[in-house]
Amino acid sequence: MVDLINLVQTLTSPHSLDRYLELVRPTLTVRDMRAEITHTDRSVPGSVTLTLRPTRQWKGHTAGQYVQIGVVIDGVRHARCYSPVDPENGRDRRIQLTVKAHPGGLVSQFLYRDATPGMVVDLTPADGVFRLPGQRPERVLLISGGSGITPVLSMLRTLADEGHRGEVVFLHYAKSAEVVPHRIELDAIARRHQNFRIELRHPWRSGRAATRVDPGAPGVDLAPEQGSGYFDYDELERVAPWFAEAQTYVCGPRSLMNAVRKVYEAEQLDDRLHTEEFTLSVAPIDATETYGTVNFSASGVSADNTGATLLEQAESAGLTPEYGCRMGICFSCTAVRRTGCTRNVRTGESDSDPDQPIQLCISAPVGDVEIDI
Amino acid sequence: MTILTETEDGPLVLSPEQIEELGRELDELRAAIVADLGERDREYLYSIIKAQRGFEIAGRGLMYLGFLPPFWLAAVAALSVSKILDNMEIGHNVMHGQYDWMREPGLNSRVFEWDNVCPADQWKHSHNYLHHTYTNIHNKDRDIGYFVLRMDEGQSWNVLRLGQPLYAFVLMMLFEWGVMGHDLEIENILSGEKKWPEVKQLILGQWRKASRQVLKDYLVFPVLTGPLFFHTLAGNVTANLVRNVWAFAIIFCGHFPTGVQTFTEEETADETRGEWYIRQMLGSANITGSKLFHIMSGNLSHQIEHHLFPDLPASRYPEIAPTVRALCEKYGLPYNTGSLGKQIGSVWKKIFKLALPSRMVGSEPSPGVIVMRQRKASEVGV
Ligand code: FES
Repeated sequence: MVDLINLVQTLTSPHSLDRYLELVRPTLTVRDMRAEITHTDRSVPGSVTLTLRPTRQWKGHTAGQYVQIGVVIDGVRHARCYSPVDPENGRDRRIQLTVKAHPGGLVSQFLYRDATPGMVVDLTPADGVFRLPGQRPERVLLISGGSGITPVLSMLRTLADEGHRGEVVFLHYAKSAEVVPHRIELDAIARRHQNFRIELRHPWRSGRAATRVDPGAPGVDLAPEQGSGYFDYDELERVAPWFAEAQTYVCGPRSLMNAVRKVYEAEQLDDRLHTEEFTLSVAPIDATETYGTVNFSASGVSADNTGATLLEQAESAGLTPEYGCRMGICFSCTAVRRTGCTRNVRTGESDSDPDQPIQLCISAPVGDVEIDI
Repeated sequence: MTILTETEDGPLVLSPEQIEELGRELDELRAAIVADLGERDREYLYSIIKAQRGFEIAGRGLMYLGFLPPFWLAAVAALSVSKILDNMEIGHNVMHGQYDWMREPGLNSRVFEWDNVCPADQWKHSHNYLHHTYTNIHNKDRDIGYFVLRMDEGQSWNVLRLGQPLYAFVLMMLFEWGVMGHDLEIENILSGEKKWPEVKQLILGQWRKASRQVLKDYLVFPVLTGPLFFHTLAGNVTANLVRNVWAFAIIFCGHFPTGVQTFTEEETADETRGEWYIRQMLGSANITGSKLFHIMSGNLSHQIEHHLFPDLPASRYPEIAPTVRALCEKYGLPYNTGSLGKQIGSVWKKIFKLALPSRMVGSEPSPGVIVMRQRKASEVGV
């Protein structure tokens, strides 16, 4: 098969076979992976759950991992990472992504508004080290906040599917009960597994009375809230007194992660804590301000951001990146910006999408930037 | 010929203020287009890619009927169109970074390859960088005659120049190979300026790229048509020739017709952005024609607009051309344009004329826009 593809690619050279096949049908590819949206569910306010059918290159995901999907908005392809929310599925060619429409989130707003069955998106293989180990831990504590629910939900559902015998606690923080996605699954798991405990917290709610989501589901919101409603040591003691013997997985906004980390560090249990930061790439307030560090990751050099163009900063750090015109016309200096935000000094536009090729000679870093040279 | 820029009181002189004002107006024009880029440009590029792939498949398929002359001709025509579109409206433009903003991994200037023997990275160096940065500067823009031809009176004459019409003809027929060799800079190898390790890298790259092209067009596809091997081989050779002749014609009309201006290194040292723009305008020439003609030329028929904004999608050049032209008129600058016949005619006239020493043919009055320079630190580097 592979040899045949190589042979055919001799004929289509210098382009790959996929560049021809995709013109017939976008999901007809031999190498590139894509996925077709087969179902959309907008029943939870502010988010959409997409069911995707990946092309045959899909190898499945491990609970907790993420995939990147790419969509075209206004002629520009944008990619974002999302964690499948469904249980670990081996080779089943189906994944579900829950996308919360963030204010100002270009891709999430687009998907929330415009995703329809039949739409084809780019898809990358599942990746990431935030995942359940093959040998499942006896006791598992899952903590999430907001849209950080997705990777831990996949873990929870996987453990439930496998009929995990140990104790599992799922503690989730949300603005309100209505915006928690996949409540039916949560309720069902709580009802079916006595050793699983599911707790929802809505510390932002006025009155702060615990909401009983479903009286028939004993596990959900059972404990009336005490304390602040935010995560702290007492809360941890209450929901999982055995946390010192458990493996803990946390995903959510930075404030939640910091709160959890603080407790675990104080208890010297950092090695049992697994985290995945959930950050939004937000455009900085003032793009011309100079601060942060520029990390030239391929050469392992870091330097303080001086506000000059990346080409000049790289050169003063002793590197010799390729360049030509030094005025933005020849594209010789293009390199991949891994993370962080850069400003195009010609147009003034700033951009912070990860893994994007940019022209070093007309891009200045805004804050911390990692660039692959 | 007339000096296009001659005014009643002598040649046109532009003051530093005027030049910067013009530069600002061009920057604004650019910004307006950048802000408007979107779905329309994407669809356009994909429609061209679809057409190109269609012609390619049709061409390859029709070769199976190549024993019938009309089908052979149709096959060659389809394949030629495919190669022209691939090289000009797609390859040249994508490799200029014109579609990098789409963030389409396969259409990014870093990775794109074209259906041509010249490897993309070498072409980007000699063309995108050297030619587009140093347009029409003697000893810096290696596209002035490609160091094979004497295309400007500023280049010295010697007896070997007598053969120039022949060299030009050979270059035209083998254009893709000429383009491939361009980045080697043979004269720099001979003078010892380019060292062996670098040359070796270039040759290796060329070998890798060209061998694949040759294998595909001159062996694999002919073999696949079995008994029609030689028909297909001849068809593929012809299609490549057609593309070569066409590309040569369009490209030579970009900078060599009568009326374009060349520059010296001193004149252009420490250019401001405005001065850079002016040089691009004075050093380029357009070709008039139909919409289809513009597409088939990769919109290099709008060479002036292309040189002002090499990284804007070429399909936008026709719509900004009237503004650029109006700006030229406003400042009294020439806007060199004409039919393909007129422009290519003047190119060949130049090739023949400059084959002879200046004292035999006399020298043309060089078109002179005098750019008043104010010496200050470079603003070109943005
Ligand atoms: S060096 Fe030419 S675009 Fe940066």
